[in-house]
Amino acid sequence: MADTFIARSPAIAARALGGEMMIMSAVDSTFFSLNEVATVIFQAADGRTPLAEIVEKKVCTEFEVEPEEAQRDAEQFVADLSKHGVLLVSDQPIQAHNFPNTPVKKAENS
Amino acid sequence: MSLLVEMNDRAMKLGVPLSVHIDVTYRCNERCQHCYLDHDDHGEMTTAEIKGILDQLAEAGVFFLVFSGGEVFMRRDFLELVEYARQRMFNVKVKTNGAMIREHEAQRLRELGVEQVQISVYSHRPEIHDAITKLPGSLKRTLDSIRFLKSQGLKVTVSNVLMTVNRADQRSTQALARELNVDYTLDPTVTPMMDGDTSVLALRVDGENLDELFADPSLVGNPEEFCAKPGPVDDDVLEGYSCSAGHTACYISPYADVYPCVQFPLPSGNLRKQKFADIWKNSPQLKEVRSIRVRDLTVCSSCSHAGTCTRCPGLAYMEGSMRGPSSTDCEKSFHRTGIPSANMLRKAAAGQGPLIQIQPMG
Repeated sequence: MADTFIARSPAIAARALGGEMMIMSAVDSTFFSLNEVATVIFQAADGRTPLAEIVEKKVCTEFEVEPEEAQRDAEQFVADLSKHGVLLVSDQPIQAHNFPNTPVKKAENS
Repeated sequence: MSLLVEMNDRAMKLGVPLSVHIDVTYRCNERCQHCYLDHDDHGEMTTAEIKGILDQLAEAGVFFLVFSGGEVFMRRDFLELVEYARQRMFNVKVKTNGAMIREHEAQRLRELGVEQVQISVYSHRPEIHDAITKLPGSLKRTLDSIRFLKSQGLKVTVSNVLMTVNRADQRSTQALARELNVDYTLDPTVTPMMDGDTSVLALRVDGENLDELFADPSLVGNPEEFCAKPGPVDDDVLEGYSCSAGHTACYISPYADVYPCVQFPLPSGNLRKQKFADIWKNSPQLKEVRSIRVRDLTVCSSCSHAGTCTRCPGLAYMEGSMRGPSSTDCEKSFHRTGIPSANMLRKAAAGQGPLIQIQPMG
């Protein structure tokens, strides 16, 4: 099966708040809030790392979840966000945008 | 509860500055009659300084970023600043008079994923709009810019300030916005000049105009709901606070000064001397603003409008005390509901004038 590569769209605004990612799509102004697992996938979406590797090395190591279930959920999550233009999806590596790779840092409590 | 409300609540609990308004310059190509700014450049921030601050704001958790001025396009580096902000994934809104936006600028704003552009339009008639801006031909240039921005698919909002000099054109200006297929906002608030000069307040509209506005469904939604009598003032209301200023929002001037809000001129620190996070967390002024609950307000805590008033603590501060009333909001509450505020009753009892006129603050 071909690898799936995912990248954050340059047409979104995003910031982590209390460990969860807030995202606004510039395509349709839809607002999203990602849970911690989805936030990990989103932050790892650099266009170069295959989704399966993100699930294996990030999701399964940080959360107690079965690999198959994690992969299935990740694919669904990617499909949902790509519909809203939040994630770009390809079977080839996606060229990096002129965006930093780590644009979103967790806001700490003041 | 909407996600946005949820996000605001979470930001409040975590002490995160969700929204920042930054004026990148006070210079302007227009000289609007009602403008409160000093347009001379007294040492505005460099490109590098602003970029450094944007890094700090991203680190602090800021999501919504408003670029305003002055006129933002008076800075030659403005699009570079927008690009830098978008690279840091802020949700960016730009406030401008549009007079310097042509095809290139509109295209670039769209490419950079700017969420919304807000443009000031004061009338559909050049003789009124240009007289307010004191820039001949400004209405034409502004309307051209809206068309350029719309042709790029950008979200545009026409922002009108209602004053004595343009009140007769309000409906036609709103119709113009509809014709241009853009959103429309109307604000009847005119604020004193930065140097404290209140002569500009003579431009404020009177109560009759507010009555008309508050009965207009195209401006307020459901007038019955909008003008409903205030509910009971319970403990929840008294434990509440006036607005997000200093709690989840703040303002940064072109000189790197931090304030609770663009309309709340309480100096709270300077980013040339301190880091943003230090000011946000430790400024005594911001801490004081955050400490104030409705029950602490000297007059408003006993007012029947306490739970529904749009009381602006910045206007109250300019009127004399951040814990005091904001007379202009008292007038709005009165004209919305027909019920005088505690402050109005107090003034009337003291023989300080009639209830139904907006009084210049002094």
